[in-house]
Amino acid sequence: MVNSVTNLGRSGLYDWVVQRLTAVILALYTLFLLGFVIASPDLQFSQWQGLFAQTWMKVFSLAALISLCAHAWVGMWTISTDYLTKSAALRFAFQLVCAGFLFVYLVWGIDILWSV
Amino acid sequence: MLVSVYRYNPEKDEAPYMQDYDITIPGNKDVMVLDVLALVKEQDPTLAYRRSCREGVCGSDGMNINGKNGLACITPISEATKGKMDKLVLRPLPGLPVIRDLVIDMALFYKQYEKIKPFLVNNTPAPAIERLQSPEEREKLDGLYECILCACCSTSCPSFWWNPDRFVGPAGLLQAYRFLADSRDTSTEQRLAELSDPFSVFRCRGIMNCVNVCPKGLNPTRAIGHIRNMLLNQQL
Repeated sequence: MVNSVTNLGRSGLYDWVVQRLTAVILALYTLFLLGFVIASPDLQFSQWQGLFAQTWMKVFSLAALISLCAHAWVGMWTISTDYLTKSAALRFAFQLVCAGFLFVYLVWGIDILWSV
Repeated sequence: MLVSVYRYNPEKDEAPYMQDYDITIPGNKDVMVLDVLALVKEQDPTLAYRRSCREGVCGSDGMNINGKNGLACITPISEATKGKMDKLVLRPLPGLPVIRDLVIDMALFYKQYEKIKPFLVNNTPAPAIERLQSPEEREKLDGLYECILCACCSTSCPSFWWNPDRFVGPAGLLQAYRFLADSRDTSTEQRLAELSDPFSVFRCRGIMNCVNVCPKGLNPTRAIGHIRNMLLNQQL
């Protein structure tokens, strides 16, 4: 039997809401970046840096980064509990690798954002 | 007509195998798959399958017909072989243990059904005659109460294949909503509390195989959506 001790919120509803809210944030962020790139045909490095140097953009990017991690965790946890049901050790190892990657992405992302 | 049937007798077979039968359908009529099975059984009395009412009411003869779950008694061979060669491939419903040939062990399916408490709970004193419902309240149960528990939906659901011990499955959830939507039931809060874990309801990924195969034309995915909304409204 697959257990739920490693899932994000111990509640299916919580995970479900988190996944949908983070999806909205990620969609808005993607659309905004696409819009910015389309609206600036001669995009230069200075404009790109100028965009990310603004505090609101840092907040927006951080929200997107945290959303990405939460969204990916709920998704990967679901995949692991669907397909890796035979071996708890394998499932836990997979979850650990996912969690490790997401943690590195988050810290590295914050580091990049605040270095602009 | 060539009929290929899944055969497995655990007492003598080491592994399941497909056995072909050449069946002549009298008058070349468009008969039901169950009629074809009866002809196969005449040829080979060792074949085991469940059947009872032969008119889509009892839900005993659910099986995988040319790759799609359905009731053998109400599936015409013309529909089963549509777009394919003149061949009928019959397998047991997938995802549950096979007892013999086309007969599956439905214990897990019933366990999930039992889990949702498929009966009316009302602790208020019983009225003299009966608990009344308005026509509008009764209408809410349409599309829910008609389920015959044939298991075609749950056994076509990948989420149920992966976690049959924890995911209630479309059939159970359709019935869970049938009692959540019932104006006479007073245990809504408790029913919802028992469904809010990450597996019981939220394993549904909206694949909609259940809707595709339901022989009664019901929509478990929509019922699951209603349960999610009820859970959300309760918590917000």
